[in-house]
Amino acid sequence: MKKTGAQTFIECLIKEGVDTVFGFPGGAVLPIYDVLYDEPLRHILVRHEQGAVHMADGYARATGRPGVVIVTSGPGATNTVTGIATAYMDSIPMVVFTGQVPTALIGNDAFQEADIVGITRPCTKHNYLVKDLKDLPRIIKEAFYIATTGRPGPVLVDIPKDIQMASAEYKYPERVHLEGYNPTYKGHSGQVKKAMDFILSSKRPVIYAGGGIILSGAANELKTFATRLGLPVTNTLMGLGGFPGTSPQFMGMLGMHGTFAANMAVMNTDCLIAVGARFDDRVTGKLDEFAPYAGIVHIDIDPTSISKNIMVDIPIVGDVKDVLKEMCELIPPTKALNAFKKGTGDWLKQVDEWGASHKLSYKQEAKGKIKPQFVIEKLYEATKGKAIVTTEVGQNQMWAAQFFKYDRPRTFITSGGLGTMGFGFPAAIGAQVACPNATVIGIAGDGSLQMNIQELATAVQYKLPIKIAILNNQVLGMVRQWQEFFYDKRYSHTCVSVAPDFVKLAEAYGAIGLRATKPDEVALVIKQALAVKDTPVIMDFKVDPFEDVYPMVPSGEPLNKMLLV
Amino acid sequence: MRHTISVLVSNEFGVLSRIAGLFSGRGFNIESLTVAETLDAAVSRMTIVTRGDDKVVEQINKQLNKLISVIKVHDFTGEAHIQRELALIKVSSNQENRAEILSIVDIFRAKVVDVSPRSYTIEITGDEEKIRAITELLRPFGIKEFVSTGRIAMARTPKQR
Repeated sequence: MKKTGAQTFIECLIKEGVDTVFGFPGGAVLPIYDVLYDEPLRHILVRHEQGAVHMADGYARATGRPGVVIVTSGPGATNTVTGIATAYMDSIPMVVFTGQVPTALIGNDAFQEADIVGITRPCTKHNYLVKDLKDLPRIIKEAFYIATTGRPGPVLVDIPKDIQMASAEYKYPERVHLEGYNPTYKGHSGQVKKAMDFILSSKRPVIYAGGGIILSGAANELKTFATRLGLPVTNTLMGLGGFPGTSPQFMGMLGMHGTFAANMAVMNTDCLIAVGARFDDRVTGKLDEFAPYAGIVHIDIDPTSISKNIMVDIPIVGDVKDVLKEMCELIPPTKALNAFKKGTGDWLKQVDEWGASHKLSYKQEAKGKIKPQFVIEKLYEATKGKAIVTTEVGQNQMWAAQFFKYDRPRTFITSGGLGTMGFGFPAAIGAQVACPNATVIGIAGDGSLQMNIQELATAVQYKLPIKIAILNNQVLGMVRQWQEFFYDKRYSHTCVSVAPDFVKLAEAYGAIGLRATKPDEVALVIKQALAVKDTPVIMDFKVDPFEDVYPMVPSGEPLNKMLLV
Repeated sequence: MRHTISVLVSNEFGVLSRIAGLFSGRGFNIESLTVAETLDAAVSRMTIVTRGDDKVVEQINKQLNKLISVIKVHDFTGEAHIQRELALIKVSSNQENRAEILSIVDIFRAKVVDVSPRSYTIEITGDEEKIRAITELLRPFGIKEFVSTGRIAMARTPKQR
């Protein structure tokens, strides 16, 4: 039977197991929206296309399933770019479908035409322009396959309106054949063996685990490996939740705002085991002084990540879950294992001492201004850590990384690579859509939140009980901090005290607004917020505007040159 | 160090832009680039001459391989291979120097492909050095125009596609 391109499109999505799409209609996707009128799958209507992409991203990070977006051509498509680039930098599986002007008009500067395939080429894993309806099912199949396999990432498919309207019979392909795409999952056995021998010969080993642990679903394997060998573990920002944050072996995050223990351990280790991490500049600090005594083992599914910034000694290309499993099998019998543990005893003591000597800290005075870290700790206490936390970008993000403990993967959702302000709030919506029974907390700054505040209408419309905690310091805090430290306190354009009354704003949208201005009000506001069902809540915490994030490794310095409280 | 890299790609629109964008986006340089279909019309070959230290060239190879449209990447550096470029050189000529120019053409086994009262147009194929050598010899006569292709290359041991 002949089907239109639009029908074919929706049927293919359903065959891919898609249950939810995030989108915004427009002229060039009208045929698809006409099919959606009969509700073949759940459509979340956003208020801005950037919101749709961040929601799909939050959905993907919370579940591991690809997020799906439908938007129109031209401005609809260009509005997705920041969201796509965000997902690309953090390797998030996502498929974005954009409408396009009819094939005959492409290149004519038609109304709402943009070369979105050209625009997104450098920020997608791959992208397509559908030029013939008979290619559409294959392209959709390939798009989901590429987005979700290997190192995941966003894929964009641009579908001209005439293709959506044309009719043809179709058969959804069973499998994908891509000659130029064969990700390596299994690590090279010789290298794995070599890595294990090296690790077992070390005296000061450290695991440095990144977002790859979460993407690959390797948290259990990592836990087994680290626990049996008794190795200290640090996570990158993207890796938080990949190893239990409450484990005594966990040193906290490393890098620019990493803990003293984690940074000192990396700078003194003789064996750095990098797992699903990519030696980002915010992690390494000054490159040529990074981990100076370490032999480095690097496990990553993406060969381009290996020896890109830091030359490594034992590279292993493969899926970290597979490789860690194989490494666990090579853990020696008790006697040899005990000998190894004995050899690392002094080192573990040293790591503990570093941890005890410089804990993450702040001072909350009972009558003083609310400290932002205090709010995070109270959120942690009130939820007992059982929540999905999303963040915006800046100080709020770093405090959320430092003062909330993440025991499970996919519970900490943040824009790590691109650092996109305006990400956290729509990401929280996406996470709540994906996990209706979870407590979803969006930790926000007053600056970031306003970048996508319009999505409050979306959250209200779909009765999503997300809890937004604004650490309201009335400044662009992280930039202000840099100005304080490195620009002679010349606070150029970082004051955003002219802002809406967030409680009234919440109410204007039909959400609930709560406010705390004193430390003793914090717990109560949180308690009230957590009790709300079916409606989003904004908690406006008026916090100390001069609080800074510590420790801090100034840009360009090695990791052991930390500014401490 | 200079590297000649052969890249087999799916012959689809936008693929040149993917490769060029990769080089510009990551700050790699391209000295020359040639593209043409292979015997299989679904596949094109690009031959790229680039320059960089080992680390950069390793990244170039890996990043090219990472592109979905790229089927195979082969770096000819360090192995026996044939490389060719083609140049068209329009050189000023007059009655006195014609014979001399023709003898240079002869020595290099080049070809005269167009003649006018005041010029010869010479076609030469060869590796970069040969083309540079004939250019230097022709320069004193006055080169009016010079056009050359990028490089193509092939390994000396037979390779499949």
